[in-house]
Amino acid sequence: MSYTFTLDGKVIPFADGQTIIQAASAAGVFIPHLCYHPEFKPHGSCKLCTVRVNGRHTASCTMRASAGMVVESETEEINAERRALTQMLFVEGNHFCPSCEQSGNCQLQATAYHLGMMSPHYDHFFPNRPVDASHPEVLLEFNRCILCSLCVRASRDVDGKNVFALSGRGIKTHLIVNAKSGAAGRYGLRAG
Amino acid sequence: MTEKKKLKVATTSLAGCFGCHMSFLDIDERLFTLLEHIEFDRSPLTDIKTCSPDCDIGIIEGGLCNAENVHVLREFRKNCKILIAMGACAINGGLPAQRNHLPLTTILEEVYHTSPGLANGMIPNDPELPLPLNQVHPIHEVVKIDYFMPGCPPSGRRNLEGADRSVGRQGARTRAWPDAL
Ligand code: SF4
Ligand code: FES
Repeated sequence: MSYTFTLDGKVIPFADGQTIIQAASAAGVFIPHLCYHPEFKPHGSCKLCTVRVNGRHTASCTMRASAGMVVESETEEINAERRALTQMLFVEGNHFCPSCEQSGNCQLQATAYHLGMMSPHYDHFFPNRPVDASHPEVLLEFNRCILCSLCVRASRDVDGKNVFALSGRGIKTHLIVNAKSGAAGRYGLRAG
Repeated sequence: MTEKKKLKVATTSLAGCFGCHMSFLDIDERLFTLLEHIEFDRSPLTDIKTCSPDCDIGIIEGGLCNAENVHVLREFRKNCKILIAMGACAINGGLPAQRNHLPLTTILEEVYHTSPGLANGMIPNDPELPLPLNQVHPIHEVVKIDYFMPGCPPSGRRNLEGADRSVGRQGARTRAWPDAL
């Protein structure tokens, strides 16, 4: 049986159990997102994918589609909120695009472009986050970490290894490595 | 024909590399057309040292790395109706801000004392030198910025387009800028 909902007025079909973002992307409609990845369980933490469903804000990566829903995504108000969230991510970390290897292939950067972010708007934190270069094959660049938890899910759910976790709360949240010393080199972590 | 009053434009490079100004000059011969509509006030291009009180547009390259930068930025804000942050350094600190996680004393020690090849180096302390700030800051953290022109550097074309769009919104008088393209 096939059902539909509307997304910014467009009719979107969906299958039972699909989230709004899954159905939208199957229909070729883009909803900005950072912590969602089609191959992993949704985490619902970055809130970039926020849409309005029947007048209420909700994360489209965790919300199941249901028949007849009225979903708004590309509104000025929602995009302004998404832009503000992206600006906060930029000022909380150290995202210096000109020296970053991921520049040009970076979802955070692409999202900033997509949302027309012209400035950081907020005061920069310039946090001191030493990189973890203790592993011969993997470099942990904490300066760029936006706590999307994709590495946590990849390691836990796909590799079954539990190498990473998020620790702490609020602004103190940070990525930790499952090793006594806390450094990646001490973990039998293999690239590839 | 009555001559339109020219827009007064002031520019400065704070903690920047002058790349943004060089990029601005990349508009090449269009600079001549532009000059029919604007005149430069305080700017490295004119070597005028202080802003006239009635500048229309101030363009700032670079962030804030020392006390003088802050002083100059405040002077621009006071004297320019519209302030534009030009380039990554002005907008987010850029390359100079890559020192921000290091203590200033460590940096000065390394640059003037412990780097290989330095003998009896001393940290400059001439009273004429502006004191460095502990961290490099984007300019919007100190004064209100009206428009931002990202890029490292923004291209010459972008420079014109960006300024065009920002001043274009201010009303018909400032249409001179897009006309100059
Ligand atoms: S933004 Fe780039 S070109 Fe402009 S001053 Fe900074 S480093 Fe130089
Ligand atoms: S993509 Fe939905 S909350 Fe991050």
